[in-house]
Amino acid sequence: MVEARLPAPPSEDLLDIEDKTRLELYRQVVRLRRFEERAYRLFMDGLVKGTSHLSLGMEAIAAGVGTAMRADDYTFCTYRGHAHTLARGVPMEGVMAELLGRETGVCGGKGGSMHLTSVEHGVMGSYAIIGAHLPIANGAAWSAKARGTDQVTAAFFGDGATNIGAFHEALNLAKVWELPIVFVCENNLWMEYTPISSVTAVEHPAADRASAYGMESIVIDGNDPDIVYDHAVRAFDKARSGGGPSMIEAMTYRHGGHSRADPGTYRPEEEVEAWLARDPLNYRDRLLAVGIDESEIATIEDETDAAVDHATEVAKAASPPPLEAAFTNVWADGGWSWRN
Amino acid sequence: MAELITYREAVARAIAQEMRRDDDVYFIGEDIAAAGGVFKATKGLLDEFGPDRVRDTPISEEAILGAAMGASMTGLRPIAEIMFSDFLATCWDIVSVEMAKTQYMTDGQVSLPLVIRTANGGGLRFGAQHSQAVENWAMMIPGLKVVAPSNPHDVIGLFAAAVRDDNPVMFFEQKSLYPTKGMVEDGEIVEELGTATIRRSGTDVTVVALASMVSRAEEAADELAEQGISAEVIDLRSLVPLDTRTVIESVVKTSRLVTVEENPRLCGWGAEVVSIVAEECIWHIDGPLTRITTPHVPLPSSDTLEDEVLPSVQRIVDGCIKAVS
Repeated sequence: MVEARLPAPPSEDLLDIEDKTRLELYRQVVRLRRFEERAYRLFMDGLVKGTSHLSLGMEAIAAGVGTAMRADDYTFCTYRGHAHTLARGVPMEGVMAELLGRETGVCGGKGGSMHLTSVEHGVMGSYAIIGAHLPIANGAAWSAKARGTDQVTAAFFGDGATNIGAFHEALNLAKVWELPIVFVCENNLWMEYTPISSVTAVEHPAADRASAYGMESIVIDGNDPDIVYDHAVRAFDKARSGGGPSMIEAMTYRHGGHSRADPGTYRPEEEVEAWLARDPLNYRDRLLAVGIDESEIATIEDETDAAVDHATEVAKAASPPPLEAAFTNVWADGGWSWRN
Repeated sequence: MAELITYREAVARAIAQEMRRDDDVYFIGEDIAAAGGVFKATKGLLDEFGPDRVRDTPISEEAILGAAMGASMTGLRPIAEIMFSDFLATCWDIVSVEMAKTQYMTDGQVSLPLVIRTANGGGLRFGAQHSQAVENWAMMIPGLKVVAPSNPHDVIGLFAAAVRDDNPVMFFEQKSLYPTKGMVEDGEIVEELGTATIRRSGTDVTVVALASMVSRAEEAADELAEQGISAEVIDLRSLVPLDTRTVIESVVKTSRLVTVEENPRLCGWGAEVVSIVAEECIWHIDGPLTRITTPHVPLPSSDTLEDEVLPSVQRIVDGCIKAVS
């Protein structure tokens, strides 16, 4: 039997964050939650094919980091990337249509759930090989530095990625080149079906390694939007002002299994219950506690529900891609020819 | 004016030509800056372009190619060196799964204008892990262009074309060719990817070769001429795009085809060329379509053994005689 790993107690300190920002954080969390719930249902209805990896229960991380980012910053996501894509302001219609394999999807139906990309929003791709995007994210950060912009790159990844070589190569180069990049580890305790602690030499798979690459070890409550936002702001400021890379390990938990087919029953009941009680949506209570009017909160919830319904209907009504789309954009000239 | 330079010197000249032309071109790799490259093919670039644009990396092939990829998606035109093409195996995910597919998966939202240059192939007695000819690894992945020059002029011209191309280009330099010399004209040299050249005209047999096999095919053609056989030697120059037009036109004229590949036999590029000829102009063929390759073995280290397995001039001569008989 796997030993249950319970969440650390919530922070008692109230961070100095404006109401306006808190409302935006809450809007993000609700938007990601409602979207993922709908994505799950559409899978069960057979409308989304293939597989999907949801961020249910982990929304505070994408919400907090996304809210701290500037419009021209870069995001690199994993195959569990719906939330991080949406958190950059990508319209739900295009993301939903991509999940449904429609022509109007952000990738024209050629990417799917695991490869969401919206360059105009700084979402430079979702990569489905564990760890592979970390060196690629370095490249965007290197480019920003070389071009003399002050853009910062955020690279999200799971705890499972911390034991692959690309992770270590990427951390080392990011520090040696002092790249403007923020690595964000979503430690949900489970590497697919295996407890990360049972296959990792250190307690904190990202933060404990960060110190080996000259970065501060930062472990935070990844289910508290205020805390995530606060740390993200500091890491982004540091990167933007030439202070180099940061690593944030955010503790969190999946409400469901690893992917569509996984009910997640291998996890101890006590652990699941304790983490469910630490739902990122509890943030609603903080908004009320700091004096935000419940009607403002309700408006966000109602608007989000309507937006998810709308995105679903629009995506369902959209056409599948034309068959000739299978033969476009292999090359930068739009074509696929390999011979002269 | 023209001057005689080595293939090695041509590499540095090619990189410098493109870095002078375009400030967005950056160059990274192991030992490429201060040391001038383990093959001394990148000497002088650090001095001319400085440490920001010519940059040493750790021995981290995934980090090198990842950096090149991410930079290419966001405004640079990077050149990345993988010291020996065998090391591509350590970062093949970035090449084949990330670079090759990202333009397609994003439906053209990004392009990846980058070049991976690497020392490829045998002949230097380096043994099985530093001698592979792996251009066919890259050829089989949709989304990668594949180039392999045979002479100093083409090193410069094809490299310029690769840097100016908006796609990932794999640039295979045959490492035994580094000390070989060829005439190179002054001024900017730019060639076109996907264009083969006819190195020698002939009427009896078409010999298609690549990189270090080109000069061997030409030597074989000299010997065949003494026996009254006229061989046409084609330097394929790039595998993707593949200049099938030049090959088919030649085969229609000569009615015979021999391919000369350095790679081991199975799934080498010659198999693709032969199958295209078989499908599209078999009625013009009067002899067996013949492939000369390294036998399907790893490359041995000993000079005697390596010479035994790499395609020799004599094997090319024999293959041509078989094809025309």
